Amino acid sequence: MFKILKKEKLAPKTFFMEVEAPMIARKAEPGQFIVIRVYEKGERIPLTIADFNRDKGTISMVFQEIGKTTHLLGTKNEGDQISDILGPLGNPSEADYFGNVICIGGGVGIAPVYPLSRKLKQNGNRVTSIIGYRAKDYVFWEDKMRSASDKLYIATNDGSYGEKGFVTDVLKKILESGEKPDRIFAIGPAIMMKAVADLTRSYKIKTIVSLNSLMVCGMGMCGACRVTVGGETKFTCADGPDFDAHLVNFDELMKRLNTYKEEEKISFEKWKEEVKYYGD
Amino acid sequence: MGINKKSVPMREQPPEQRKHNFLEVPLGYSKEEATLEAQRCLQCPTHPCVDGCPVHINIPAFILKIRQNKLQEAIDIIHQSNLLPAITGRVCPQEDQCQAVCIMGNVGDPISIGRLERYVADWELENRKKGEVKIPEKLPPKNKKVAIIGSGPAGLSCAADLAKMGYDVTIFEGFHKTGGVLTYGIPEFRLPKWIVEEEKKFFEKLGVKFETDVLVGRTITIKELMENGFEAVFIGTGAGLPRFMHIPGENLDGIYSANEFLTRVNLMKAYKFPEYDTPIKIGKRVAVIGGGNVAMDAARTALRLGAEHVFLVYRRSRKEMPAREEEIAHAEEEGIEFMLLTNPVRYIGDEKGFVKQAECIKMKLGEEDASGRRRPIPIEGSEFKLDVDQVIVAIGTTPNPIIAKTTEGLKTGRHGVIEVDENMQTSVKGVFAGGDIVTGAATVITAMGAGRKAAASIDKYLRGEL
Repeated sequence: MFKILKKEKLAPKTFFMEVEAPMIARKAEPGQFIVIRVYEKGERIPLTIADFNRDKGTISMVFQEIGKTTHLLGTKNEGDQISDILGPLGNPSEADYFGNVICIGGGVGIAPVYPLSRKLKQNGNRVTSIIGYRAKDYVFWEDKMRSASDKLYIATNDGSYGEKGFVTDVLKKILESGEKPDRIFAIGPAIMMKAVADLTRSYKIKTIVSLNSLMVCGMGMCGACRVTVGGETKFTCADGPDFDAHLVNFDELMKRLNTYKEEEKISFEKWKEEVKYYGD
Repeated sequence: MGINKKSVPMREQPPEQRKHNFLEVPLGYSKEEATLEAQRCLQCPTHPCVDGCPVHINIPAFILKIRQNKLQEAIDIIHQSNLLPAITGRVCPQEDQCQAVCIMGNVGDPISIGRLERYVADWELENRKKGEVKIPEKLPPKNKKVAIIGSGPAGLSCAADLAKMGYDVTIFEGFHKTGGVLTYGIPEFRLPKWIVEEEKKFFEKLGVKFETDVLVGRTITIKELMENGFEAVFIGTGAGLPRFMHIPGENLDGIYSANEFLTRVNLMKAYKFPEYDTPIKIGKRVAVIGGGNVAMDAARTALRLGAEHVFLVYRRSRKEMPAREEEIAHAEEEGIEFMLLTNPVRYIGDEKGFVKQAECIKMKLGEEDASGRRRPIPIEGSEFKLDVDQVIVAIGTTPNPIIAKTTEGLKTGRHGVIEVDENMQTSVKGVFAGGDIVTGAATVITAMGAGRKAAASIDKYLRGEL
C-alpha cells in the first residue's frame, strides 16, 4: 500500500498527488514512469513520474481524469492508500549536455517535462520550453517550468493565455527564425508528439518523444505496449519510453491506444452509476 | 492377486459444460478411487519413479500411505521434497517424468502418480481450510538473509528449502500478486488461483517474507540488495519475454502475445470485466499461433471467454506439438479447431486498425532439425486467408533481460539465459540462478528442481563450503 501525502487540484480534472514510495524515490530519474493499480479490482495503468524527492522518500504524479481508473484515483484524498505502485520503470531520459535544447510539453505531459528540463538545465544546456494547454484555466506549473527553463513559451488552444495555437505553432516560429536547437524533447498526447515529429523532420533536428502506450505489466513480459520504431517492434516499457520521434509509427500507436475504447466506456459508465457521479 | 492394468480414470467436467466456464476441468479422485489406484502400485524395490521426478519425491512411500489411509504421513513424505504438491499434481507432465519410467507401464497403464499426489495435497488443503495446518520442521535460525527474485516455481521452491534450513528469506516479486507463471500464466481451469494463494499463506507460516511491487533491476539492484544485508541472492525470474514472429501486421489491434492475453485474464481477471476493471477483447474467430501448453491454455481461454471458433494454427503436425497429450486432448474435446502444417505470414487489418484476416501458408515436413523434430517448409503458392478478429501469438518466450542489463558482471548466453556453474552459481559471487532464466522456457517442476538445487548450493556457500 502506498500512502497519499499530498493532493492538489492543478486545473479542471487535473490533479497532483505526492505519494510515499521511498524505494522508487531513491532510484527515479527523469523520463521514468510507474505502473499503478488503485484498488483490488483495478487495472494497471502507467503514469509518468512527475517529480521525486529522495530525502522525503516521495514521488509525485500528475494525472487527468479521463476514464474510470483516473476518476477513481481522483476521489482519493490525502491519507488514503493506493494498492500498488511499481517503479521506476523504463529507461531514464538521456539528459546530458547537448547545447541548445527545446522541451515541449502538452497538457499533463508538462508534468514529466518539468524534471527533464530541470536536469537538462543543471547539465548546462540552454533550455527553451514550450508548454501548451487547452485554455487559461488549465495552466499549471508555469512557475516551475519558468525556473527550469532559460526561456519559456506558453500556448493555449483558444488564446486565452500566452500565444494562441498549439505548441507546434510556437515551435514553427522558433525554427523559422533560424534557431538551430541541438535536440528537442516532446511529451504529450500522441497527436501532439506526431505533429512535433513531422515538423522537426524537415529541419533534421534530433527529436525525442516519450510514448504513452497502453500497458499491463510494465516490465517487458506482456508486449501490450509494443510500438513500431524504425520498422522494428519495440516494447515501450523495456526499450523506451523515449524513442527517436522520426522513427516512431505514430499512426499505429494512436490506433493501438484506441483498442479498448468501447470497454473503457462501459467501465466508466458502470462506475458513474455506482458512485452517483454527476460530473461530465 | 491379479493386478489391474488399467488406471482409475479421473472424473472431469464434460466438454460441453466446461467450455463455458472457468472451473477446473479434472475433478480429483475420491477416497475410493485413490485407494484403488494406490493399490495398483507394485512397491517395486527399484522405484525408477523417484529418479524420474525432478525433485525426487519418495513416490512409493507416499502411495503406500494412501493405501493405508494415513494421509498425514503421505503429505509429510511429499513435503520433504516438494512443498507445492497441489500445484505439481495438476501441472506436472508426469507422463514424461515419474510415470514414464513406472514399471507398471510395461504391462499396462503406469500408476497415476500425479493424480495421487493431487489427492493427498487436496486432502491437506481441505484440512487447512479447517485451520489445521502442519508446518514442516525448521532448523534453528541462522540469522543470515537470502533474497529470492521472482515468486514463480523456481523462487518458491528455493525459498522453501532455505527457510526450512533456518535462513531468513525474502521473495521479491514485480507483480502485485505472487506466484509468477502459476498466477499470470496457467488458467484458472487448470490451476485454481485459490490454491496458489493458499500456498503463499503456507510459505508465510514457514517464515518466508514476500515483497510485491518490487522489480529487481529497476526498483533495487542485486548489488544494492547485497549492500542491504542479503548475503546470497537467487534469480528465478523466468522466461517472461514474449516472442513475436515479426511478420507484417503483427501490431494490429486484437493481436496479443499469449503472455498479455493470459495475464489480462488470469492475473487481472479480465474474464470478470466489468466487475474487474481490466478489459479484454472477446474474439468471435480467434487464431492461436503455436502448439505448446501455452497455446492450448490460450485457445481454451478464448473459447471460455465466448469465441465461436478458435483455430489452433501450428506449423508442424500434431505429433510434433510440444504440448502435453492431456492438454491437446482437452483442447480437441472442447472443439478447438486444429489447423496443422499451417503458418501465418501476415495479418490484414480493417480501417480502424483491428485485425480482420490472417494470411497463412501451408507447410510440409522436411528433414529433422536440431530439435530432433522435422523441419516445417512452406509450400509455395498455398497461401490462403483466414477471417479472424483476434490472434494470440504463443510461439514461446525468452528470458527477461532486466536483471542481466542491470547487474554488472553477470554473464549471459544464447537468447539471454543466465550462465551458471554446476552449483547454479552465476558469474557474480553469491548470486545463484535457476529455472527458465537459465534453461529457457521449460516446465514448473524442472524450475522447482532447479530452485531446490540452488538452495542446497546457497546453504553450502553461506556455510563457507563453496
